[in-house]
Amino acid sequence: MDKIIIPGGESTTLCRLLNETSISKEIKKAGKQGKPIFGTCAGLITLAKKGGKKVDKANQKLLGLMDISVDRNAFGRQKKSFETNLDLSFLKKPFPGVFIRAPVITDVGKNVSILGKHQNKIIACQQHNLLATAFHPELVEDNRVYDYFLSI
Amino acid sequence: MVDFDNLKNGTELVKRGFAQMQKGGVILDVTTPEEAKIAEEVGAVAVMALEKVPADIRDKGNVARMADPAVVEEIMDAVTIPVMAKCRIGHTMEARILESVGADMVDESEVLTPADPQYHVEKEKFDVPFVCGCRDLGEALRRIDEGAAMIRTKGEAGTGNVMEAVRHMRAVMGKIRELKGKSNEELKNVSREIEAPYYLVKEVAKLQRLPVVNFAAGGIAGPADAALMMNMGADGVFVGSGVFKSENPEERGRAIVEAVNSYAKPDILSEISKNLGKPMSGIDIEEMDEDEKLQNRGW
Repeated sequence: MDKIIIPGGESTTLCRLLNETSISKEIKKAGKQGKPIFGTCAGLITLAKKGGKKVDKANQKLLGLMDISVDRNAFGRQKKSFETNLDLSFLKKPFPGVFIRAPVITDVGKNVSILGKHQNKIIACQQHNLLATAFHPELVEDNRVYDYFLSI
Repeated sequence: MVDFDNLKNGTELVKRGFAQMQKGGVILDVTTPEEAKIAEEVGAVAVMALEKVPADIRDKGNVARMADPAVVEEIMDAVTIPVMAKCRIGHTMEARILESVGADMVDESEVLTPADPQYHVEKEKFDVPFVCGCRDLGEALRRIDEGAAMIRTKGEAGTGNVMEAVRHMRAVMGKIRELKGKSNEELKNVSREIEAPYYLVKEVAKLQRLPVVNFAAGGIAGPADAALMMNMGADGVFVGSGVFKSENPEERGRAIVEAVNSYAKPDILSEISKNLGKPMSGIDIEEMDEDEKLQNRGW
């Protein structure tokens, strides 16, 4: 295994299943070894060090690999889910961002670089080998975010 | 600068994408915030907020309507996972009310008493995504054409009997396999035969699956049933009365979640199937009259 992607889904369920199996240990180990890991939406939440109120409410145990704080469902419930063109620092042209009950990154540590914002909220960031986006590149045909991940 | 004009809610991609995120999961019927918390704790990916589970709706007779929006709100406040709610077939205003309350998905469901004898809700016009039941491919594609973002096979809700769920999943999957290799003329014939739009028949023939997520529902009462449906090609399962009408909802709910996760591994399934207590009491579908069957509702 060279690289890991943790895709979208329900983060409450994802965290529970990750911790009940040995998968969480393996992901943490890979992350510490410097292997590239990419988390999208729920995957972003699982990578984070600190969750907000909603993470606490669901008793979620996060992997805590990235020095970021997150807020779940930051744009609201499903009817507020949206698609929009995003400016990402590593791409020349806008990327079609699909946000489904999406989280945002509320705070980042010193080693984390911000790669994109939407409505002044951080929606993409990177900490060395770790990449995280609040939107779902897995729902669109455009592969540029994956190309970037593969270049890490 | 942020371009607010280019922000779009309720697009097909956003609605179908929501259903995609439920894939591989279990959605549980709940009637109280306490049940919703248990569902979240055992690993459900979403809950369906109801006033009564299907087994009780069957018992009571009467007209079954959407849940009190206050009940839906209480359940939304209790959990972090998505909350779905059911509206009657063709009842556009129940659907609008549920959308306004903030339900994450609306199930236009045959479990409730239909409101329109001819038409389903025009789902395309909503920002909230819809899930609809089907018994075969034609019914599935008619619902997708109306804007459904997710499909579930109907089964026979509230019976604890998986036979109809199996029948409907086989009908959908078998028909999809039949489409493989057919010419455009032949696909047009199929489109007329199953009363579904040609553009969707063509798309399904090419994809060799539905263009939206397809869950199994109606009669799933334990981990073995859930695993059976997953092995037949379901993307996930809805469990109605099967969990909270059983002796030990917590253990049974957890086991069903694990079963959907490990559906192809009999050694794991045998472990999680142990000592779950009594399942819900079932109904023999062969002894039911046709007009007792909820699956026949929907057009």
